[in-house]
Amino acid sequence: MRTLPFLVISLVIAGLVFAAALAIGNEYIFFAGYVVLQYIVLSTAWNILGGYCGYVNFGTGAFFALGAYSTVAIYNFIGKNELPHVIPMPVLMLVGGVVSGIVGFGMGYLTLRLRGAFFSIATLALAVVLQTLVINWDFVGGSRGAYILRPESVPLLGSYIRYLFLAMLLLAVGSLVIARLIERSRLGYGMTTIRDDELAAEASGVPTLRVKLIATTISGALMGMAGAPFPYYIGYLQPDSTFALDYAINAIAMPLIGGTSTWVGPLIGAVLLDSLQQLITVTISSAVNLLIVGCLLVAFVILAPNGIVGLFRKYFRHKHDDFVGRHRTALDEPGSVPAAGAAPE
Amino acid sequence: MIFSFDLLINAVVSGILIGGFYAAMASGVSLSFGILDIVNIAHPAFIILGSYAAYTFNHAFGFDPILVSIVMLPAFYILGAGIYQIYYVAFEKRGQESLRGLAFFFGLLFITEVALVLYFGVDYRDVEAWYIGPTWHLGDVDVPLRIAVPCMVSLLLIAALQLLLGRTFIGRAIMAVAQDQLALRLMAVNPIRIKRIAFAISIATASLAGAFLIIIQPVEPSVGRDYIGRIFAICVLGGMGSLPGTVIASMLIGVVESLTSTFYGPSWAPAVSFGFLLLTLAVRPAGLLGR
Amino acid sequence: MSELLEVDNLSKRFGGFVALDNISLTVPAGERLGLIGPNGSGKSTLVNCICGTLRNEQGSVRFDGKPIDGMPAHKRTHLGLARSFQLPRPFTSLSLVDNVRIPRLYTVAARGMHRTAEEIDDHCHGLLREVGLEAKARHLPRDLTQVEMRKLELARAMAAEPKLLIADEAMAGLTHSEIGDILALLVRLNERGVTVILIEHIMSAVMSFSRRLVVLVSGRMIADGKPDEVMRNPEVEKAYLG
Repeated sequence: MRTLPFLVISLVIAGLVFAAALAIGNEYIFFAGYVVLQYIVLSTAWNILGGYCGYVNFGTGAFFALGAYSTVAIYNFIGKNELPHVIPMPVLMLVGGVVSGIVGFGMGYLTLRLRGAFFSIATLALAVVLQTLVINWDFVGGSRGAYILRPESVPLLGSYIRYLFLAMLLLAVGSLVIARLIERSRLGYGMTTIRDDELAAEASGVPTLRVKLIATTISGALMGMAGAPFPYYIGYLQPDSTFALDYAINAIAMPLIGGTSTWVGPLIGAVLLDSLQQLITVTISSAVNLLIVGCLLVAFVILAPNGIVGLFRKYFRHKHDDFVGRHRTALDEPGSVPAAGAAPE
Repeated sequence: MIFSFDLLINAVVSGILIGGFYAAMASGVSLSFGILDIVNIAHPAFIILGSYAAYTFNHAFGFDPILVSIVMLPAFYILGAGIYQIYYVAFEKRGQESLRGLAFFFGLLFITEVALVLYFGVDYRDVEAWYIGPTWHLGDVDVPLRIAVPCMVSLLLIAALQLLLGRTFIGRAIMAVAQDQLALRLMAVNPIRIKRIAFAISIATASLAGAFLIIIQPVEPSVGRDYIGRIFAICVLGGMGSLPGTVIASMLIGVVESLTSTFYGPSWAPAVSFGFLLLTLAVRPAGLLGR
Repeated sequence: MSELLEVDNLSKRFGGFVALDNISLTVPAGERLGLIGPNGSGKSTLVNCICGTLRNEQGSVRFDGKPIDGMPAHKRTHLGLARSFQLPRPFTSLSLVDNVRIPRLYTVAARGMHRTAEEIDDHCHGLLREVGLEAKARHLPRDLTQVEMRKLELARAMAAEPKLLIADEAMAGLTHSEIGDILALLVRLNERGVTVILIEHIMSAVMSFSRRLVVLVSGRMIADGKPDEVMRNPEVEKAYLG
């Protein structure tokens, strides 16, 4: 399926989702759904660098927080009550995306020459450095945190949370379309070669540094865009929890559990895992919730390394068309193409 | 901010002492990451585990925390061996260490941390010992025993490790396995077993490091996260697997952090070690005494 | 004949160890050059420096008249310098045809050539046919035998339409007839205008293929000339027979 039909279908599905949420009539659906959508964006974004290129970024929280704090900075600059009337959410998202994208590019430029493991450690370091900078910057509230006043309502939609939900819904669609587009393009192939064997990729003519930089920039930008509406969602932004490693583990666990080789994986992972987490937080406790995430992550990584998508493919062996013009050869997992004498996984 | 020589000296001394303790924490990662190339970012969680082990026996029976941690060494060793075995079978053998191995340890970090929260709660815990409280006064310099004792024991630990690696057969086999596994096999030594031993030792050090930590500061489960970057920064800065390098790097970071904290405020201190790490990675990934 | 590759006083050290010591070499276009030497003599290091995988401390390399020092490996590939790896390094997640497609996709774009997806696909299948792997085009590299992986390695190097192909020990462990296959392939390539540098231990293959022979011992070039003359060189004899 070409990108345009996919986009249209996705938007239609998104519209249906929104309509269904409206029909249910319970405002809580929007609050809960917002978080799911947010994680769809975060895990899709992470997967572009992590799943496609094989470079593990532990700093998801930092990029997310940068987007959030861009909004806070603008909010404090323009004046508390003026903001929503002056600057609509999509623009805030764009700003958050640009800020995070630039930082992503910068980080990539500094660290992508390093071997995979060093890169990952560097992302941790960068996250803490950014967090320290924000904590010490009083304009955005510093360590005390920042308050954001959420407007009461929005014309046409009703409550403000519906507006946030819709914005995040569109962003989720956008990120899925982008991920799918990359996956099926030459860029996506290049990313796969980097993941498989970077040295051979470079020798084969793949401009590895450039590809990795594109991946980090897009990944960072999407994470920042996901963070931009967050201050409005949460009302009170606290640096410790915003920069928290919790975002990192979710952004890593969701694609790994869903499946890292394709755009569908992070989607499945986010929906399943976040719904599960919300359920557990409400019924048991939020600490147990993280325990479950950790256990699922470890279990999947050991037992089902290709995630849910991989399991699905193993039991229903698909054969996709060649790259020529349309679909790519879906041969990301060993065993997905029947081969003479090949042992099953 | 008044610049006083007094303050400076104390900051430096304090930094060196803390650095000694950092070295104990980083020694484990020096082994697992520096020598075995295993990115065990869950190491701080095991240190915290060590802290809680020390706390439990200290609180219940009044045993000295460092003694407790020494008694616990075998338990941590077995834990380390078990974890390596899983890591090897699930990842190293399949050649998937980079993404999935990393995720595995990340998951372990969270599992350990949350398990501790569920069992002990989020309150800060601390221990009691005769050296927690008194301070030596050497002229203008204050040396809190709370920090000095762990520092000294830590340096003993490092010395012991260095002897192990340099003088014993196992130790040399460990250094060899990092360089040439085939040669080891030809000498009828099983490299997997050697790596397992090395990794088990690295987790065992966490037991001691955990005791040191809870002596120096009160501990709650998520404290480990603050140390991830520090530990890896020290490992990289110290040259990836060089124990003397680890000690020097630890003290360097300890001193810079201490000076930053004293003269610029503690809120800037976390950025120091991480900033150091980034600088090292950018400029000299081989570290100060790199191989 | 113009010089396609010029290596000038190239040196490479790893810490205190001198891997390459002032290597100077010129390769004219169309040459069939054999590069031999005992294990550890620096052959692969030389290839890595020429191709940009490693950076040499001293000396310079010119390709097709252009200085390429400091140029990243992928740019050198775009210029027409290709190599196969001694230990095959296939892209394990991609099928054979996709493995071969990668260099094609990237060099086609870099050289400003316009090819449709179908044309590229045909070209890739053709390459696989030439090395006898077309039947396994949609398979993954893990389904291949050692020999087939070597052939894939060569096919992938050829996919970038190189002017110079460096084949690094592509024949190790092959049977007599398999060696013949690879040699025939390299000869065909050379007849089409591709300059080939063959790095090999299998003397029969090297002697039959090379029009010129270079010998590397302990990082130094000790001989460079016609194969028969080089083999009669007493230093070469000493290096090989001790």
